[in-house]
Amino acid sequence: MTDSFNLGVDIGGTFTDVVLEGPGPSGPRLHSTKVLTTYAAPEDAILDGTARVCAAAGIAPGRLSRIIHGTTLATNALIERRGARTALVTTEGFRDVLEMRTESRFEQYDLNLVLPEPLIPRDARFTLPERVDATGRVLRPLDPAAVEARLPALEGFESVAVGFLHSYLDPSHERLVRDVLARRLPHLSVSLSSEVSPQMREYERFNTTCANAYVRPMMESYLGRLRDRLRALGAECPVFLMHSGGGIVSVETAARFPVRLVESGPAGGAIFAADVARRHGLARVLSFDMGGTTAKICLVRDGQPKTARVFEVARSYRFKKGSGMPISIPVIDMVEIGAGGGSLARVDGLGRIQVGPESAGSEPGPAAYGRGGTRPAVTDADLVLGRLDPANFAGGTLSLHPDRATAALRAHVGEPLGLDATGAAFGVSETVDETMANAARVHAVENGEDLAHYTMIAFGGAAPLHAGRLCEKLGIDRLLVPPGAGVGSAIGFLRAPYAFEATRSAYMRLDAFDEKEAAAILADLAEEASSFVRSCDAHAPIGTETRLYMRYRGQGWEIPVPLDGPLATTPTARGLLARFTEDYAALFGRAVDGLPVEITVWAVNAATPVPPPRPTPPAPPGPRLEGTPRRLWDPVAAAWTDAHEIPRADLADGATATGPCAVTEAETTVIVPAGFTVTGRADGVLDIRRTGRP
Amino acid sequence: MSVQNQIMWNRLVSIVEEQAQALVRTAFSTSVREAGDLSAGIYDQRGRMLAQAVTGTPGHVNAMAEAVRHFIREIGRDTMAPGDVYVTNDPWMGTGHLHDITVCTPVFHRDALVGFFACTAHVVDMGGRGFGAEGESLWEEGFQIPITRFADRGAVDRTLVALLRANVREPDQVAGDLYALAACNEVGLRRLRAMLDEYALPDIEALADFIVDSSYAATVRAIAALPRARASHSMVTDGYATPITLACTVETHPDRITCDFAGTSGPDPKGINVPLIYTQAYGAYALKIAVAPEVPNNAGSLAPFVVTAPEGTILNARRPAPVALRHVIGHLIPDTVFGALDQILPDTVPAEGAGALCNFQVTLRPHDGGRATEVLTFNSGGTGARPRLDGLNATAFPSGVMTMPVEATEHAGPVVVWRKELRPDSGGPGRFRGGLGQCMEVGPRPGHSMEFRAQFDRMRHPPRGRHGGRDGAPTVVELSDGTRFPAKARFPVPEGQTVRLAFPGGGGMGPPSERDAQAVARDVRLGYVSEEAARRDYGWEG
Repeated sequence: MTDSFNLGVDIGGTFTDVVLEGPGPSGPRLHSTKVLTTYAAPEDAILDGTARVCAAAGIAPGRLSRIIHGTTLATNALIERRGARTALVTTEGFRDVLEMRTESRFEQYDLNLVLPEPLIPRDARFTLPERVDATGRVLRPLDPAAVEARLPALEGFESVAVGFLHSYLDPSHERLVRDVLARRLPHLSVSLSSEVSPQMREYERFNTTCANAYVRPMMESYLGRLRDRLRALGAECPVFLMHSGGGIVSVETAARFPVRLVESGPAGGAIFAADVARRHGLARVLSFDMGGTTAKICLVRDGQPKTARVFEVARSYRFKKGSGMPISIPVIDMVEIGAGGGSLARVDGLGRIQVGPESAGSEPGPAAYGRGGTRPAVTDADLVLGRLDPANFAGGTLSLHPDRATAALRAHVGEPLGLDATGAAFGVSETVDETMANAARVHAVENGEDLAHYTMIAFGGAAPLHAGRLCEKLGIDRLLVPPGAGVGSAIGFLRAPYAFEATRSAYMRLDAFDEKEAAAILADLAEEASSFVRSCDAHAPIGTETRLYMRYRGQGWEIPVPLDGPLATTPTARGLLARFTEDYAALFGRAVDGLPVEITVWAVNAATPVPPPRPTPPAPPGPRLEGTPRRLWDPVAAAWTDAHEIPRADLADGATATGPCAVTEAETTVIVPAGFTVTGRADGVLDIRRTGRP
Repeated sequence: MSVQNQIMWNRLVSIVEEQAQALVRTAFSTSVREAGDLSAGIYDQRGRMLAQAVTGTPGHVNAMAEAVRHFIREIGRDTMAPGDVYVTNDPWMGTGHLHDITVCTPVFHRDALVGFFACTAHVVDMGGRGFGAEGESLWEEGFQIPITRFADRGAVDRTLVALLRANVREPDQVAGDLYALAACNEVGLRRLRAMLDEYALPDIEALADFIVDSSYAATVRAIAALPRARASHSMVTDGYATPITLACTVETHPDRITCDFAGTSGPDPKGINVPLIYTQAYGAYALKIAVAPEVPNNAGSLAPFVVTAPEGTILNARRPAPVALRHVIGHLIPDTVFGALDQILPDTVPAEGAGALCNFQVTLRPHDGGRATEVLTFNSGGTGARPRLDGLNATAFPSGVMTMPVEATEHAGPVVVWRKELRPDSGGPGRFRGGLGQCMEVGPRPGHSMEFRAQFDRMRHPPRGRHGGRDGAPTVVELSDGTRFPAKARFPVPEGQTVRLAFPGGGGMGPPSERDAQAVARDVRLGYVSEEAARRDYGWEG
């Protein structure tokens, strides 16, 4: 595909990143730009950025082959609670499922625990008399007149989530509500739990559906406008959306199920980090992506980001498991916290500095942007501490105002605490770094990992400013900052294979196994998955992977059993039992004697192959660069220090520089702390290693 | 060294979390796989608990802290071998009733015993009269497994499994859970060995000392900062047929806090007696959460909390007293201890809450004479209001379990939960309001009959408010025709009827007249408090 032009677009809370990859004289060539995110009409920034990169590449937008788009718009709306006015319609007797959660405390040892507020407040939750039982039989039919009677209550909302008990077995009642609403209140956007997340366990399903409903009106109208505007620009090529699991979906699917996009931007970032990890042969990587609004932390083992089937958004209590909202969709597993360059700082009632999750976003942005913001953000602190060059921020598209940053820090943090602007900036910076380090530690612990043996790969606009300090706090000895770090997610979109997982829930017991039926299910799934991938790429070879989710009858959770050879297309009960027993024993030590085994979910994943990485050669011996003098704040010594500044372009393969120093480039600044040494690598990566403080 | 120990300590915490997750993933009973009524921990070779999974419930975790020593004594250190797995459900050596199975697995590394993993889970049935308070001695409460080998050098004792299966009503689930308990220890064991290899360590002795010593020191520091004082408190609760008084005296010392339950009622003829191990578990929990909540839970941090109860009280029941519902009384221990602590530590502890989990079990029989099914559910009332915060609505305290999803409960047997939602006006009025309880309504699926076993408390003695706060609403158990039942009862549900349940709200804190007007308005808007009650209790004029 060397003749195609692919566009990756990532909308973050502060910046919209656009990357164009096309043919160049010696391999693929990248053009990228950052544009401030335009909240009222996010497509404006995309159009602007697209025009810029097309001009830089010397092509008309009509030449684009495909556009792959990801966004944190949906996530930010959930974290900041800026979604549509949303109602929940649920089964009579179950008004409080969202609020009662699991009826447990996520922290056992806190008498003053506060539970998070439900996404939909109690006075926006309504019930209808209806009931389906656990066998899928209707116990209490839903009378359309009862739905009609609820219409006055629903009129004032923009979006409605419908979640009835056991609707994953029989969706007819949920569909009846949708039909009545479509006829009588056509302005309402309607999300059904049987479509958004058709899985057993009402709390997770309802919450996922409510999250979908909450962000849907905004995302639907945005995606519609985006397509129209791109067409008007002459870009008629297909547009795909990155989804949270690291694959891509059509615009139509994305508009109906925007909750699947919730982690799409960060998913692109994780794929970007995995690509760098493979090039450098790193088995254990901590991907650290810090943008304007949030920071994302993900573990990448053996070149593959960790995945999960449920994740939590907006954890409210020291990032603790259970303190957020569960969303059950396939995701790249990461923690996301409200800590970015735009996160606002304040002093709480106990005199402690608090940073985020509230963000200045792009409008007005941090005080230093000079766009009307008066409250201090992390970027303001970075500027005051000498980490940012006021004249060269975001590729020179924006000049920063140190005086405004200083004033904001002084007024909102310095004065309440009796600190000067530098002291206030240091406090803000340390607070946000400590917050991120804690989140990383908790995530590693939840995954049973020890970060000391990890390499950090840092990207996103604000990460190179904070990654070095984070490594100090986490005891990490090596940090890679890849080129294009400021637009990492958008590059990641271009590295994602076309992949689609087709799944079906169909119970089948091995002692009543139907070989013909099983083969037919797998053939259908393979066809469904492959044809989607084929529609994205007409030529590439397509590989499939088959997995069955199996368990002993009576268990509540399955284990994935990957199949290959004839078992993957024409399985037999004997073959499956042997494979399941083997996998189960490998995971848990021993199989269980004498209990029947069943299949619950069938899955076939089709994907185009990921091209093998081109290993980065070892760095040859190179010069040690001195650069030019620059003052930097040293957070360990808590003092200004004489450092130096080196243009990134000078750090050619093998060239080194000793910290403390600032490596500058158009997109961002990389801070190398004292005690670390940076080496340029052939693929443009900055390889920063701990050498010890003098 | 200390930095490395810190990292390895964190690793042990993540290992026991993984151990607990493995149990959830492999378990059969909904009490384990959906509600997390389990605990998992790692012990040194002397049997000292080093780390516990936070998913655990205090009654399990703190009781299990002692259990491993019993395993070491009964099995004999010299006879232990790689591949062994030990099991018991002894209430006095495990976690207080026969329905909890505790499994203990020794860890060998470089041919030496280096420690143990242990885990406990609540299974759906243990035979006998079925889960409930009706048994009048341990013999009636079910099948007893003394400390014995489930696996001997890797070989499972099939005779034990066959005996267990023959004695319980849900053999597949219970035997499956026993395998799951063994599996979860296996997962922990592999991860511990990998850690020892990674750090090239022969054992965890030095790490164990570091964890226990530093936790002990941190806890003692917190205790030393308290005023030296002594305070007593008592609380009356429903009991089975006659009310029960729980009394305690708490005293602070420079290096420990003692809590004795002298003055507490004698044993009850029905199955609500509490083995001392369980009393100690919840007594220590109440003291620790108020005094040193930040210190991780292990043998060192528990040692300075010395909890005793005179023999012959309901809180130190002797074998063979019936103990199946020991949690109904045991869960009320923290409220008793808080009453004394409030006199020593102002503005710290909450008002009384629902306390005991609102559990019930049903037996469902198909009309066509097929096999009966047992279904167990866990539910929670409201917690007491805090000195500066309202109580939590429908949230377990002091237990750490979750409720089962209704959909999972209904897959476990032919039962229909018709209602499970917050109970308005149940939170005790106060400057800070008690958490709301909840209402439930339950019946059989068509074609089945149902027997109901109520395992509740707080019907005649609702949670009391503190410092002028008023009481929470009491428990109600009735049929849909209005027939009422006591809090602990076993009764058939006639065809065409359902059981209606209302679980208690927490007590209030401070005079209701001092409640913020906006908070009252919000309560009314959200329907936590009815307009009528808001006028009556808060003088609301909206």
